[in-house]
Amino acid sequence: MTTHGYLAREYFGRLLEALRNSGYRCVGPQVLDGAIQYRDLPNAQALPSGWRDSQAPGRYRLEHSNNPRQFAWANGPQALKPFLFAPRETLWCVERDARGALSFRAVLPEAQALAVIGVRACDLAALHLQDAHFLQGQFQDAQYAARRDGLFLVAVNCTHPAATCFCVSTGDGPDVPEANGGCDLVLDEVDDGFIVRSASERGASLIAQLGLAPVTLAQQTVVADQRQQAREAQTRMLPSRDLRPLLDTRLEHPRWADVAARCLSCGNCTSVCPTCFCHSDHESPAIDGSDSTHYREWDSCFTQGHSYIHGITLRADTRLRYRQWLTHKLGAWHDQYGRSGCVGCGRCISWCPVGIDITEEVAALAADTP
Amino acid sequence: MNALHVPAPHVPMEAEIVRRTQESPSVFSLGLRLCDPAQHAAYRFEPGQFNMLYLYGVGEIPISIVSDPEDGDELGHTIRVVGRVTRGFAALKPGDRIGLRGPFGRGWPLLETRGQDLVLVTGGLGCAPLVSVINYVAQRRGEFGRVALLQGVRHMDDMIWRERYARWAKLPDVQVLLAADVAGTGWSWHVGLVTELVDQLAFDVRDARVMVCGPEPMMLASVRKLSASGVADEHIWMSLERNMQCAVGHCGHCQFGAQFLCKDGPVFNYPQIRARLGVKGY
Ligand SMILES: Cc1cc2nc3c(=O)[nH]c(=O)nc-3n(C[C@H](O)[C@H](O)[C@H](O)COP(=O)(O)OP(=O)(O)OC[C@H]3O[C@@H](n4cnc5c(N)ncnc54)[C@H](O)[C@@H]3O)c2cc1C
Ligand code: SF4
Ligand code: SF4
Ligand code: FES
Repeated sequence: MTTHGYLAREYFGRLLEALRNSGYRCVGPQVLDGAIQYRDLPNAQALPSGWRDSQAPGRYRLEHSNNPRQFAWANGPQALKPFLFAPRETLWCVERDARGALSFRAVLPEAQALAVIGVRACDLAALHLQDAHFLQGQFQDAQYAARRDGLFLVAVNCTHPAATCFCVSTGDGPDVPEANGGCDLVLDEVDDGFIVRSASERGASLIAQLGLAPVTLAQQTVVADQRQQAREAQTRMLPSRDLRPLLDTRLEHPRWADVAARCLSCGNCTSVCPTCFCHSDHESPAIDGSDSTHYREWDSCFTQGHSYIHGITLRADTRLRYRQWLTHKLGAWHDQYGRSGCVGCGRCISWCPVGIDITEEVAALAADTP
Repeated sequence: MNALHVPAPHVPMEAEIVRRTQESPSVFSLGLRLCDPAQHAAYRFEPGQFNMLYLYGVGEIPISIVSDPEDGDELGHTIRVVGRVTRGFAALKPGDRIGLRGPFGRGWPLLETRGQDLVLVTGGLGCAPLVSVINYVAQRRGEFGRVALLQGVRHMDDMIWRERYARWAKLPDVQVLLAADVAGTGWSWHVGLVTELVDQLAFDVRDARVMVCGPEPMMLASVRKLSASGVADEHIWMSLERNMQCAVGHCGHCQFGAQFLCKDGPVFNYPQIRARLGVKGY
């Protein structure tokens, strides 16, 4: 069975066709409202060909060139999270009859086979963490599980990390690991096409349908070189993969007040973060009182309500909220899920309206003891 | 995929209010029975665990189960009116229907502490989670050593269940000690802090197992006092409260450091939470 081969760019449509023939709805990156976003992919021409991103703290811009490459950019605001953990969704409904009896009914999303094209190594690492949170604890999340089951993932190794990326230091990118990548196919993009590698049995049977050409030695060299360049291009970093010991000694550090003076407590960072899982439950009763819908919606530890208990907000000010976010993300995640909750995607840096940079905050916390 | 675990009990079951008792102007109790007899018969819980109770069209809140785990008739809940949902529950009457999910969380270490002397310390109005333990021990008096109930309130008028305490005090080898910061006529108990009651214990606290429940500053003060009296940290358990939305470990609201209260707690052995307890903002 073919596990590895070259697909010329003009034949990329074959991949989409093969996925559709296997029953998948294809979703891929496209330029929308000035950002690269994941939407239903009508054809290969809709991919962001020639687009490059320019990212910096508080900044994300797209620029176009004549470069034929379709994946020469780093992550946009979101990738996989909204497809599995929906920003808002109904959990159950309840009807009340004339006598006041209640009947509850679970509401599940329609199970759908979804193929996502273009996910990055950091997205896969984040998916792994969301799987651990929603599926591998004491209880399984039925909504997440329904969407997760049919997921087919076509990953692309990053060739053009953004200035905000630091996945090398977290150990999550820029390449998908050779073994146990957690996806089905991995692409390395070259100027005239793709080196396609299968990473699962489903992936292997899919690429058997693509009529791949053998990979030349020259192509292998190009791929190895660009992978190396992508690693070397990253300048941001976290000082260690386990910052628990550091953070535990920094709970009263003056830097928390310093960052709080800049932070708007808007929660952008948590909504773009691919591992943040917080959500709230809400109720939407029908006007006639005969039924009510119970739904959940993404929430953030930066909101007032997150730490509310009758009459008190435990984290009333931004200092405590930013500290909660950082000490959870880089600290408590280790105890909860065996590793840091940060995969180095840099989204929280680019999408912060005031340009707060997690790597810079950590460096400042690490620099001196209070 | 690795689907090792049971689907989360996300959806409430229908429950009927079979009893309603007004305990004080702002505290009432509800006895609940699951409407589906099979569900009711299959329901099992441990003291210290809680249910998510759902008020139709309004929302769900976590409430401890205070009845005896072997009482097959009804599931007891004692609720203090503080806001939207609790106010709504207060207006319900026997025969009304609500939703119930549960039980959730880890309860008190009643098997682990069997045969030991127990010191149960409660503060403020938030004593519901420990009431289940008092009831449990009272029903099985012979299974535990000596028992001391220490309850403190700010004002003597906040002391609910004074008759119940009087009844518990009559059980063999049970010492009841009450304290109020502010007291007036008719108060024959200690005036001051609940922590000061530790000095009045009739037995050596060093060998006892301690369970604490109440406002966090009071729990911290109790722990300090007990530690100073020679109680090992490993022999202290306490029940915490945080915002809860899902109760199944997913919504993130109940996190306390690395712990999820809804599944790792709400009852914790003190060393599990020592590092963050009392740190403002956690
Ligand atoms: C494990 C556990 C056990 C509890 N057991 C009892 C009990 O036995 N008896 C009792 O009277 N109270 C108990 N509480 C507290 C009770 O859950 C709150 O008083 C209740 O949620 C307040 O709801 P409300 O809508 O009336 O108040 P509001 O102030 O209107 O609250 C609005 C919403 O905020 C959330 N919220 C507010 N306070 C809390 C809180 N303390 N914990 C969790 N979520 C909160 C709820 O979603 C609530 O609906 C317990 C809390 C926890 C965490
Ligand atoms: S904390 Fe920031 S850099 Fe880390 S995974 Fe979340 S969004 Fe990406
Ligand atoms: S760090 Fe930035 S993105 Fe996050 S809440 Fe503060 S202002 Fe918003
Ligand atoms: S209540 Fe949702 S995680 Fe604990």
